[in-house]
Amino acid sequence: MESELESMREYFKSGKTRSVSWRLSQLKGLLLFIKEKEAEIFEALKKDLGKHPVEAFRDEVGTLIKSINFALKGLKNWMSSEKVKLPKIAVLSSAKLVPQPLGLVLIISSWNFPLGLSLEPLIGAIAAGNTMVLKPSEMAPACSSLLANVMTTYLDTKAIKVIQGGPSIGEQLLQQKWDKIFFTGSALVGRIVMSAAVKHLTPVVLELGGKCPAVVDSFSSSWDKQVAVNRIAVSKFGNCAGQACIAIDYILVEKKFASNLVELMKASIKNMFGDNPRESNTIARIINKHHFLRLKNLLSDLAVQKSVVYGGSMDEENLFIEPTILLDPPLQSEIMTDEIFGPLLPIITLDMVEDSIEFINSKPKALAIYAFTKNEQFKRRIEAETSSGSLVFNDAVIQYAVDTLPFGGIGESGIGRYHGKFSFDTFTHHKAVTTRSFLTDFWFRFPPWNGQKLMLFETVYNFDYLGILLVILGLKRCKRNLDVI
Amino acid sequence: MAGSEEKEKAVFDVDAASALVNELRCTFASGKTRSYEWRVTQLKNMLKMCDENEKEIAEALRQDLSKPELESVVYEIGMLKNSCRVALKEVKHWIVPEKAKTSLTTFPSSAEILSEPLGVVLIISAWNYPFLLSLDPLVGAIAAGNAVVLKPSEIAPASSSLLSKLLVKYLDSSAIRVIEGAVAETSALLEQKWEKIFYTGNGRVARIVMAAAAKHLTPVVLELGGKSPVVIDAGINLQVATRRIIAGKWGCNNGQACVSPDYIITTKDYAPELVDTLKNELERFYGKTPLESKDLSRIVNSNHFTRLTKLLDEDKVSGNIVHGGERDKESLKIAPTILLDVPQDSLIMNEEIFGPLLPIILVNKIEESFDLINSGTKPLAAYLFSNKKKLKEQFVMSVSAGGLVINDTTVHLAVDTLPFGGVGESGMGSYHGKFSFDAFSHKKAVLYRSFIGDAAIRYPPYTTEKVRLMKALIGGGIWNIIQALLGWGKA
Repeated sequence: MESELESMREYFKSGKTRSVSWRLSQLKGLLLFIKEKEAEIFEALKKDLGKHPVEAFRDEVGTLIKSINFALKGLKNWMSSEKVKLPKIAVLSSAKLVPQPLGLVLIISSWNFPLGLSLEPLIGAIAAGNTMVLKPSEMAPACSSLLANVMTTYLDTKAIKVIQGGPSIGEQLLQQKWDKIFFTGSALVGRIVMSAAVKHLTPVVLELGGKCPAVVDSFSSSWDKQVAVNRIAVSKFGNCAGQACIAIDYILVEKKFASNLVELMKASIKNMFGDNPRESNTIARIINKHHFLRLKNLLSDLAVQKSVVYGGSMDEENLFIEPTILLDPPLQSEIMTDEIFGPLLPIITLDMVEDSIEFINSKPKALAIYAFTKNEQFKRRIEAETSSGSLVFNDAVIQYAVDTLPFGGIGESGIGRYHGKFSFDTFTHHKAVTTRSFLTDFWFRFPPWNGQKLMLFETVYNFDYLGILLVILGLKRCKRNLDVI
Repeated sequence: MAGSEEKEKAVFDVDAASALVNELRCTFASGKTRSYEWRVTQLKNMLKMCDENEKEIAEALRQDLSKPELESVVYEIGMLKNSCRVALKEVKHWIVPEKAKTSLTTFPSSAEILSEPLGVVLIISAWNYPFLLSLDPLVGAIAAGNAVVLKPSEIAPASSSLLSKLLVKYLDSSAIRVIEGAVAETSALLEQKWEKIFYTGNGRVARIVMAAAAKHLTPVVLELGGKSPVVIDAGINLQVATRRIIAGKWGCNNGQACVSPDYIITTKDYAPELVDTLKNELERFYGKTPLESKDLSRIVNSNHFTRLTKLLDEDKVSGNIVHGGERDKESLKIAPTILLDVPQDSLIMNEEIFGPLLPIILVNKIEESFDLINSGTKPLAAYLFSNKKKLKEQFVMSVSAGGLVINDTTVHLAVDTLPFGGVGESGMGSYHGKFSFDAFSHKKAVLYRSFIGDAAIRYPPYTTEKVRLMKALIGGGIWNIIQALLGWGKA
C-alpha cells in the first residue's frame, strides 16, 4: 500500500492534477460514468439496499449530476486567486488568496448512499486538484465493486484510486500519511478516524449523524397540514427507509394535535407506499442482519412495544421493516436515546410546542433540525435558541440538494462541511500571498529604536494619517520614556 | 501560629476543570455572551486594558523575554489594539446572516447561512508573544459570542500572571476566565469537552491537544510553526532585502517567532555579497557588541539556550559560522549568528530553529530552491526576494506554506484581511480579522420552504411521468422541463 501511495504522491508532484483541463476531464469522466452506467448503478443499489430506481435517481444519481454540473460551471472561478483589500498605508503592496490543492487525500464513505456519499466528496477533491483514495463501504458490496471496477475506467487511475475492503483495510489506510481525511459514518468510528489523524496532524472532515428532530406545530389550513405530513412521510420512510444521517429521527408535537397527526400520517403512508409496502417496492430494505436485529431490538422493550400505533411488522428473511409509528415511547428507552437509522418514527407529545426547544437542547447537537410551523416568532426562537448543522423550515432532507448551503454537522454530528463550493474549499489550502516592492520602506521598521519610531508605528497602525505627518514634521512629542533597562 | 494560616492555593485538577466548564456553560446558556452589547463592551474594555496598562505589559515582557519596549508596544500591544478596533468596527457586519441563492430544485424557497457562537471554547497560548497570542484569538472568540477559558504559557510567568490579573479586572469573569499553570493544569483542561480548542505552539504538544479533542469530537485550530525559508535571488536591492530579513528575524523576538525567517537559500555565486551586506546591516542595527544591545530579546530560558547552543556547537556546523556565535549563559543571550553552507543533515537544518541563528544553504541555480523547500514539511511561511516575474510565479505555484511573502518577511501578519494559519505540519485552521470570528463560529445552514407549490413528483408511488419530470428538474434545463411536462423525452 505504501508504494502505491508513494507513486500517487509523485504523480501529484508532477503537477498533472493541477491543470484546469485535467480537473475538467475527470469531472466529465465522472458525469459520463453516471449517465452511461445508470442501469448498472440502479442495479447495484437495488442489490445492496433494495432501493427503488426513482429514489436512487432522486437521492444519488440525480443529485450527483447536479453537483458535477455545478462544479464544471464554477471551477474556473473557484480556482482563480482572490484579490484581498489592503489598507492604504500598505502602499505598493498587493495581497491575494491563492487556492492550492492539499495533495493526497482519503475519502471514507458510508453504505446508505454508497454512490452519493462516495462521489460528492470525490467531486470536491478532484475540483481542488488533489490525488485521492476512495474507500467505499464494504457493507454495500455491489456498489463498492461498481466504483472500484467500472467507475475507475472513466478516470485517471494514477490520481484516483478505489480501495475496497472492511475495517482492517480501513485501519491500514488510517495509518498512512494523508493531507486530509474525509469521513462519513458514525460518531464512534469518527473518533477513531480523528485519533488516527493525530499522528500526522491531518485535518479531518467528519460527516456524522444524530437524532434529527422534526417539530410539528398546529396548522389551521388542512392543505398545509397535508403537505407537512407528506413531506415528513417521504423524508422518513421514502429515504433509504430512514437510514439516512439527515432523516427525521423523531417528531415533537403538542398533545392535542398528536392523534390528528397520527391519523394523517397513516393515510399518507398508505397513499405513498400502498397497503402492502413490502410488495410495492417503494421502500428500501435494511442494509444487513446486524442492523435489522438492532432495529428489532429497539422495539423489544415492553413499554416501547405498547407505544406502537401503526406498523411494526418485520420480515427478517427479506430484511424488511414496514413503516412504524410510535406514540410517546419512554424517553429513556434506546429508541429515544440512540440514533434510530431505520423506518421507526416515535412521536413525542408536549404540553406546548415551544417546549420542543428545551427538549431538543437536552440532546446532543444533531445534523439537522426540522420545524414545520408558520409562526414567525417561533421560527426566530428556534433559529436563535437551538444549534444544529442545518435548520429547515417546513420541509426535511431537501437541504442536501442545495449547492449554496454548507452541509455538515456540529458537536457530535460532525466537523467541517461540503457541497457546492464548500467541497472545493474543504480540499483546498487558501494560501495568503503578499507582494511588496523594494521602492518604499518605512525607515522606522528597523532598530536602533527610539521614541519617534515608536510613534510612527503607532500612528501607522491607527491609520492616523494626520498623526503620521505630525510625527514626521517633528510636531508630536513622544510621551513615553523608553529607557527601561 | 494557629489563626494566621497561609491560604493554600487550590490545585486545579480535573474536578476543578469540570466545574469551571459547567459554570461557563451556564453563563453561555443564559444567552449573555450572544448579545451584541456584551461583545462590544468586552472588546472596548480590552482596548481600555491595553491603553491603561501599557507600561505594566511592557515590563512583564521585559521580565519574561527581555523584549525591547518598542517590540512590546508595536508587535504585541499595537497589533492587539488593532485587532480589537477591527472587530469593534466590523462585528455588526459579521453577525449578519449571509443570503444563499436557491435554485429550481427547491423552488420556492429561500436560504441563508447564520453565524452562531459555538459555546465554551479553550484557548491555549504560547510564550513568545504571550499577550498577542493569548488575546488575539480571544478577540475572535468574544466577537463570535462565546464563553472562553484562556490558558497562557507558564514559560512566560510574568505575562501569565499579569494576564490573569488584568482579565479579571477588565472583562466579564462569568464568561471569560484565565487558568494559569503547566502540564497538570493543561491536562485537566484538555480532558473536558469544549466546543473548540485553539492552540498556538509546537507540533509535539499539538498532537496531544488533537488527541484529547478527538475524544469529544472537538474541532481544533492549531497554529504551529516550521522552518520558514527565505529564497534570495540575485539582481535585487540587497540592502533593502537584508534589512527586511533582519527586521523579520532578529527584530521579532530575536528569531523566536513562528514566522521567523528560519534559513536562507541562495546561489553559491551570490552568497558572498549577501553575507557581507547582512554583516553590515546587522552592525548598523545592533552595534559591534550585539550581546549588549537593548534592541534584542534574550533567549526565553536555559532549556532553549542549551538547545540553541547545541545546534551551534555541532561538529558539522561549528566551523561554518561566518558571523556572531557569541553567547552569554548568565544573561541568556546569543548574538545574531550566520552560518554558511551547512549540510542538510545537520541538527540545525532538521528542527525549527526558533532563535537568532541563520543558516545559509547554497544551490547552483536558484530554481533548485523550490524542490529543496518542498522536500521538507510545509512551513508556516515562505519568503522570496526576487525581481524576476517567472521566478515569482514559480514560487507561488510550487511552494506550499501557510502564507507567502514576496520581497519582504512577516508583514502578512499585520494584514487583517488575510487568513493567518498553517498547512500540513505547520497547522490547521486560520485566524485574524473576520477569520477569527469565523474560527469561533458555527455557520448554520437555514432553508425556508413554503407550503405553496408542493411537487407531487417527490412522492411515491413513482410513475414514469414523475421520473421524467424529476430528471428534468434535477439535472436538466428549462427545455427538458417543458418536454417532461408535455410528456415527451426519455423516462
